[in-house]
Amino acid sequence: MINQIVEYLRNADPLIQMSAVAAVLTLLGIIFALTYFKKWGWLWREWITTVDHKKIGIMYLICALLMLFRGGVDALLMRTQLAFPNMNFLDSQHYNEIFSTHGTIMILFVAMPLIFAMMNIAVPLQIGARDVAFPFLNAVSFWLFFFGALLFNLSFILGGSPDAGWVSYPPLAELSHSPGPGINYYVLSLQISGIGSIATGINFIVTILKMRAPGMTLMKMPLFCWSVLASCIVIIFAFPALTVALALLGMDRIFGTHFFTMLHGGNPMMYVNLFWVWGHPEVYIAILPVYGILSEVVSTFSRKRIFGYKSMVASLMLISVISYFVWVHHFFTMGAGPGVNSFFAVASMAVGIPTGVKVFNWLFTMFRGRIRLTLPMLWSLTFIPCFAVGGATGIMLASAPADYQFHNSYFVIAHFHQTLIGGAVFGLLAGMYYWWPKMFGFKLNETLGKWAFWFFNIGFYVCFMPQYALGFMGMTRRVYTYPAETGWGTLNFVSTIGAYLMGIGFLFIVVQILYSIRYGERDTTGDPWDGRTLEWSLPSPVPHYNFAQIPTVNERDAWWEMKQQRKEGILPPTKEPLKPIHMPNNSSLPFFMGLAFFVAGFGLVFNQFIIATVGLIGVVVCMLWRSLEKDTGHWISVDEIKQMEAS
Amino acid sequence: MAEVTGSPISNQQLFEHGMEEEEKHILGFWIFLASDLVLFACLFATYLLLRTHTDGGPTEAQLFDIPMFTLETFILLTSSFTCGLAVREMRNGHLGRLMGWLAVTILLGLAFVGIEVYEFITYSLEGATMQRSAFLSGFFTLVGTHGLHVSLGIVWMVSVGIQLIRDRIQPTTARKLFNAGLYWHFLDVVWVMIFTVVYLMGVMK
Ligand code: HEM
Ligand SMILES: [Cu+2]
Repeated sequence: MINQIVEYLRNADPLIQMSAVAAVLTLLGIIFALTYFKKWGWLWREWITTVDHKKIGIMYLICALLMLFRGGVDALLMRTQLAFPNMNFLDSQHYNEIFSTHGTIMILFVAMPLIFAMMNIAVPLQIGARDVAFPFLNAVSFWLFFFGALLFNLSFILGGSPDAGWVSYPPLAELSHSPGPGINYYVLSLQISGIGSIATGINFIVTILKMRAPGMTLMKMPLFCWSVLASCIVIIFAFPALTVALALLGMDRIFGTHFFTMLHGGNPMMYVNLFWVWGHPEVYIAILPVYGILSEVVSTFSRKRIFGYKSMVASLMLISVISYFVWVHHFFTMGAGPGVNSFFAVASMAVGIPTGVKVFNWLFTMFRGRIRLTLPMLWSLTFIPCFAVGGATGIMLASAPADYQFHNSYFVIAHFHQTLIGGAVFGLLAGMYYWWPKMFGFKLNETLGKWAFWFFNIGFYVCFMPQYALGFMGMTRRVYTYPAETGWGTLNFVSTIGAYLMGIGFLFIVVQILYSIRYGERDTTGDPWDGRTLEWSLPSPVPHYNFAQIPTVNERDAWWEMKQQRKEGILPPTKEPLKPIHMPNNSSLPFFMGLAFFVAGFGLVFNQFIIATVGLIGVVVCMLWRSLEKDTGHWISVDEIKQMEAS
Repeated sequence: MAEVTGSPISNQQLFEHGMEEEEKHILGFWIFLASDLVLFACLFATYLLLRTHTDGGPTEAQLFDIPMFTLETFILLTSSFTCGLAVREMRNGHLGRLMGWLAVTILLGLAFVGIEVYEFITYSLEGATMQRSAFLSGFFTLVGTHGLHVSLGIVWMVSVGIQLIRDRIQPTTARKLFNAGLYWHFLDVVWVMIFTVVYLMGVMK
């Protein structure tokens, strides 16, 4: 294994060698800084062993932003390579690796942790709960995600990245066509983080169903929680399909079975089906919570109740169901026949209906509202036209006969970036800006944020509109260079400029965060936006037990109602005396469990079965340890609560 | 429970807290089972697609041995029954009998896994390895995944047994035994499907 790695590094292209050096230097820098400032103990006690959902949310957010940077650099490298005809900035193999890691990272290690960040930060606070249902499991989920992402990123410096696209279709992804460890990294890192995602799904369904404050019936629950519920239901029914697809592909590669090979009766189409049974719902897993965020933001900043609450709930649930019946639209051209194709075409178009309902409800909510153009609101507003265009081009793709023209062209690239960036990422940024004061206790600088916003938005259209045209002109996806005679040069150049504009936008966000840590306006009220839901009734940042007393809810938008009543002079009912609160203990087991999975995964990547077995035994030992552990909590006394609340 | 500073915690509070915890765990476990079922559904679908892809190698009818898989089925179904008895004894508060039935269940589970391992080794020695054909890859993976689940179930029941001896019957241990039982019945249901789809349909042709 060591030889393999050294060999790889010696032959790697200078770009990779440079980034390997950069990664090692960064790591050394971090280790040095932590030692120098004596922060190891703090890091361990306050963060690594934490089971507090708010801190876990923040860790997800930080990792997601780091990964967005990595995926963004990949995107810029690709766009640079495509800026002119006949470029040779990257060679073809390197280009393959970069689009594969870019796609995988963006979907699994950016979009997913961003939604998990928002869920962790907001859901328990919005429903008036002290925590999630299974805080320990929540920490396990985070560390599985973390170590999965680490393993994936390691591939770049230790022995070859996956190079068969983010979908890794066999036979291209089989040993016969891709002999290096690259695809093994893909299989194992996605498997590890996928298990964490299923656990998160279970955790939040139970949290939402079982832990709402007294009086909060399902129909009084904030829409964001509804959207998380819908998304989690999709997770628990979709992710097992990915688990199976990856497991079988991994068995083919590591144990020599024949599920998807071209020899001995394997059938690659089975992989394609299993992959998209997960893959299509996956994009809804990412977008559903965004619908929830938008509903919260739009109603808060229009100072109005959301329009059509019930239809919003119904459309969320409908979308989560329909999303299972559309997966074949990803391979209309692979010969399923007209009957099957028509069914899936119609189902795909049907998703547009509930989505349309939502868009109109947001518009009606804003109508006659007193709109405040804060950063969260700006990002939400820009979502609407972007998603409308993305939806329209989606319908074009969902039409099976037309897809024979569009399939695997740049039109597709433009379409899904429109929905994934303009939809998921913009919406999640809106969420980040919205809940930022709640997480950290200070607001982000608006001016710098607006610069970021405009660079991102203008850059987005400059980058992706030309790609629709390129698709019509016959440019296919995943080509690493093209001759000048094709006439694609100009549009590609424009597109690359757009990509760089977005890159600048990202830098503005970084500067904005750094600047605001020092100079940002402190949030002393806990309610900087004049919010409507319960999280704004708490101080920012929130004490670790969330609510000193669990509120009783009578209305939708509970906090808004309480504020209205207070204004009308109706006093809140006298509170019951404080009671001691039970909270779970911190634990280092989740971290070690993630580490054990990582060791097992790393061993399997290089077919080192001894290392893999050690890792797997570690996993079982951690689970048994947890199972036999007796005391899993502590009580916070009334005196302590009083002290905390007073400060 | 943990040590408390300041005002005391009443037994009532402890009890309420405990009940709430148990309810959440049971719901969570049901949801986990739902998602595990999807996992098996995908494996079944793969198997059904590949079962005729023998690539000239051994077929289902040539491999499967009716007495062996009937015995496996019999053992597993019996273990599900004894597991039910264990849960019943727990409800009645008889720790001793509960432990007895739990031990029987674990032994039956071990016997099941043992026979399955024997079955797999026999096939492999006959040249029917999982590398031989797509059908065999599918067979070993589907049945093996179930077997792996059963093995994990055994480890889990042992752990619950230890806790029962240590802590006796109380909400936490009761819930753990209840969930382990649920899991065990679930594996039974999956086995009945394997019995039908893999073995019966296999030998009937
Ligand atoms: C800074 C903005 C971005 C730019 C400039 C960009 C650019 C690109 C380019 C050039 C490709 C390769 C096209 C090809 O050669 O086939 C690509 C592929 C892809 N991108 Fe992005 N991207 C961006 C952001 C995102 C985001 C935010 C996501 C998802 C959340 C995403 C998901 C994907 C996926 C799934 C692929 C397909 C990879 C594959 O073919 O296997 N991208 N992107
Ligand atoms: Cu799709």
